[in-house]
Amino acid sequence: MNELENVGVAELKVSNNSVVMASFGMGSCVAVAMFDPLKKVGGLAHVMLPESRGKDKGRNPAKFADTAVEFLVDELVRKGARQKGIRCKIVGGSQMFEMPGSSGQDGDSEGKPKPKHIGARNVEAVKQALGGLGIPLVGEDTGGNYGRTVRFNTSTGELEISSIYHGRTVI
Amino acid sequence: MTGEKKGLPLTDLQIDALREAGNIGAGNAGIALSQMVKKKVDLSVPRATILPLASVPELVGGPETPVAGIYLKILGDCSGSILMLLERESAWSLAGLMVKGDLAGEDETLVKRSALRETGSILSGAYLNALGQLTNLFFKPSVPVFAMDMAGAIMDHVLVNLAASEDFVMVIETDFQVSGVKIRGHLVLFPDIGTLAIILERLGVPIE
Repeated sequence: MNELENVGVAELKVSNNSVVMASFGMGSCVAVAMFDPLKKVGGLAHVMLPESRGKDKGRNPAKFADTAVEFLVDELVRKGARQKGIRCKIVGGSQMFEMPGSSGQDGDSEGKPKPKHIGARNVEAVKQALGGLGIPLVGEDTGGNYGRTVRFNTSTGELEISSIYHGRTVI
Repeated sequence: MTGEKKGLPLTDLQIDALREAGNIGAGNAGIALSQMVKKKVDLSVPRATILPLASVPELVGGPETPVAGIYLKILGDCSGSILMLLERESAWSLAGLMVKGDLAGEDETLVKRSALRETGSILSGAYLNALGQLTNLFFKPSVPVFAMDMAGAIMDHVLVNLAASEDFVMVIETDFQVSGVKIRGHLVLFPDIGTLAIILERLGVPIE
């Protein structure tokens, strides 16, 4: 294993060296991986909650979907990426525990509109922020009820996902 | 970015009081477990620590460790969460002690998962009962939920429910071990910051 940079909960890292960044054991959190394939600059944010609601602004932007997306783009541009050249892939946003009262399994057979779980809201918030900045989403592995680990190559944009129950995939 | 104790400096005396509270809670849980499996249960000295969010999964051997997690929200006079974690092999061993004999066609995994969820619920209840008596507060545990997956992924769920505006969490953690069989687990109490202040006050060491 060459250089592996760990990006923990509510952390964000960028690099213009070819490194592999990893977030281990993600549940409802979302890994937001952005890269400029031409300039070989990339970064990873480990987002925990959908929105900052202005409360925590500036303190830890990596924690919230809305602020993390913006902050990651800024950091990449500072490292030499072209904003128009940035691509994004997202992973995570699962629901680890069945909601009490949803009758055991995580199926929604009842057809009643359940409140969205935090993972789904995280994914939605990231997509909304990406849309606002015009960053194309070129890969996604989200939802489900299982944990994931991601390894992200910042220069190629290759993203490897591994989990206990579903093996490995690359997007 | 996240300083180890930034924002919530506790004195050694307060940390000791929380550790003792954890000891009493886990002690009661240990008795309950011991009665259930009819074996001796050993408990570690609890740790009471303030951790940055990113390092919480390290408590249980790293974020990718496969574990069974039984999670309950704490309601009543206080808010927070309590989580029982068992490494995967330990979880199945424990379930094996609970579920014996012919299941007559029932799905074995399902029954074992259910047994583990119930065990987590009983131990958490015993823990909170003792803590409630100690502090004269009412801790009401929610319905337990169960998952078996990476420790980090399970922690995500706990952290999200706690830490809307904090970058660190208070953790009171005890390891337990059932002697004679290879069962090792963790009981982790995550009091909300507001709750922590109430508990400390009741323990006679209020935050100034």
